[in-house]
Order: sequence, then structure tokens, then C-alpha cells
Amino acid sequence: MNGFYEFQFYLFSLLAIASALLFVTRRNPVPASLWLVNVMLALAGLYVMLDAPFVGVIQVLVYAGAIMVVFVFVVMLLNLGRSEITDIRSLGARLGAGLVGLALLANLLVVQRQRIPRVALAPSVDNVVNDVAASLFTDYLVAFELTSLVLLVAVIGAVLLAKKRVRL
Amino acid sequence: MIAEALIVSAILFVIGVVGVLTRRNAIILFMCAELMLNAVNLSFVALAKMHNVTGQVFVVMVMTIAAAEAAVGLAILISVFRHFGTVDLSSLRTLRG
Repeated sequence: MNGFYEFQFYLFSLLAIASALLFVTRRNPVPASLWLVNVMLALAGLYVMLDAPFVGVIQVLVYAGAIMVVFVFVVMLLNLGRSEITDIRSLGARLGAGLVGLALLANLLVVQRQRIPRVALAPSVDNVVNDVAASLFTDYLVAFELTSLVLLVAVIGAVLLAKKRVRL
Repeated sequence: MIAEALIVSAILFVIGVVGVLTRRNAIILFMCAELMLNAVNLSFVALAKMHNVTGQVFVVMVMTIAAAEAAVGLAILISVFRHFGTVDLSSLRTLRG
């Protein structure tokens, strides 16, 4: 059972990284967004392998289902689907970005190696959804309610920003 | 499995950073930002496995804020496209001195 989980874990990790690389290197925004959906689905699989099935389901519903649909919708609304000219920067900029990325990656890996205490795993909880709900609706109730306010403001702001200017 | 998840998270985050640095299309930049948020979420979930379930609550919060950010950001992008006729960041140079 454990080996099965680990195998799935590595499979989804490779899928996520490969899809992310393909996403960054696609010239056309539509395939890029579809590869990003692939990354998010692979991450949902990773969440399930990490004993977080609730977060995995939310990831599929919210990220892959809702947010990416909005992205694809905007790509089609702005008619960016067939861009003959590339938007990838010049070779020098790419080399610089690669160097910055390597430095950042080395930095992150060194920090992780030092700061993560090697503690024993917390025992796998039976019903994660109950725990998440209990924590969300008791300890973090104020933050949860404020999140609804943020969403309301975002909806009103998005409608105001995106609507056509009406001549009065 | 937690250390591997953190390494995967770091790699995905760096891919997002490199994407932001190498692309000029504003929508792709937004998607790279989403990729970075996802990488951080993976760290949260992995560390929630090590400690307690609070990390998963954080992930739920991050997802809602990301949804709000995507809605407002894409509305701004539509507005920019109406005004300038492009979302290529190298041609939006009104503020350049």
C-alpha cells in the first residue's frame, strides 16, 4: 500500500514538472493554458497522495474548473489564440532568467535542507474533512467570513472594470 | 515523501518565476503567478501532513484569494486591451521615462 502511494506520488510529481515546463515554453496561449490545467490536475493527485483529499477535490473544482476557464475565456475574448509573433524574450533575457531561476532553486533547496526538522510523521487522520471543517469554522471563522467579503468586492470590481464605458 | 514534495514545490515555483521573467504576454504572466501560488499550496499541504491540518485551511484561503485575484486581474487585462489594443507588456510603455 505504501509503495503504491509512493509510486503514484513520483508519477504525479513528474507529470506536474513536465507539464509546467511545457506550459512555460508554449508560444500560443491556448496550449499553454491547457498544460497549466494539466499541472493543476497533477497537483490534485499529489494532494490526495499527501492525505489531503478535500484539498485535492477543491483544487480540481476551483483551479482546474473555474479559474482556468476564466483564463481560457479571456484568451478567446481578446483573440490571442493565433499569435504568429512570439512573446518570448530574447536569448540574453532568457539566459538571465535561467541564471536567476537556478540561483533561486539552489537557495530554496539549501533552506529546505537546513530548516525542515526530521520529525516523525503525524498519524494519518481518519476523516480529514471533519478536521478541516472544525478548524475552518471555529479557529479561523473571522478569516473565513472576511474571505466572503473579499470575494464580493472582487466580483463588483471585476464587473466595474470590465464593463463597457457608457456615454452619459 | 514530505521532503520530495517540498522539492517539487520549489521546482514548480522556480518554473513560474522563470516564466514571468521570460514572457511578455500579460495573460501568460498571470498564469505563471497561478503556478507559483499552486507551488506554495503544495508546500502547505506537505507541511500539514507533518504538523496538523491547519495548513490545509490555509490552502483553502489561498485558493479563494487566488480566485478573486484572477477575476480582478483579468478584468483589468480586458480593460487594458480595450484601451491599448494589446496585452504585450513591451508595448505598454506609457509610464516609461
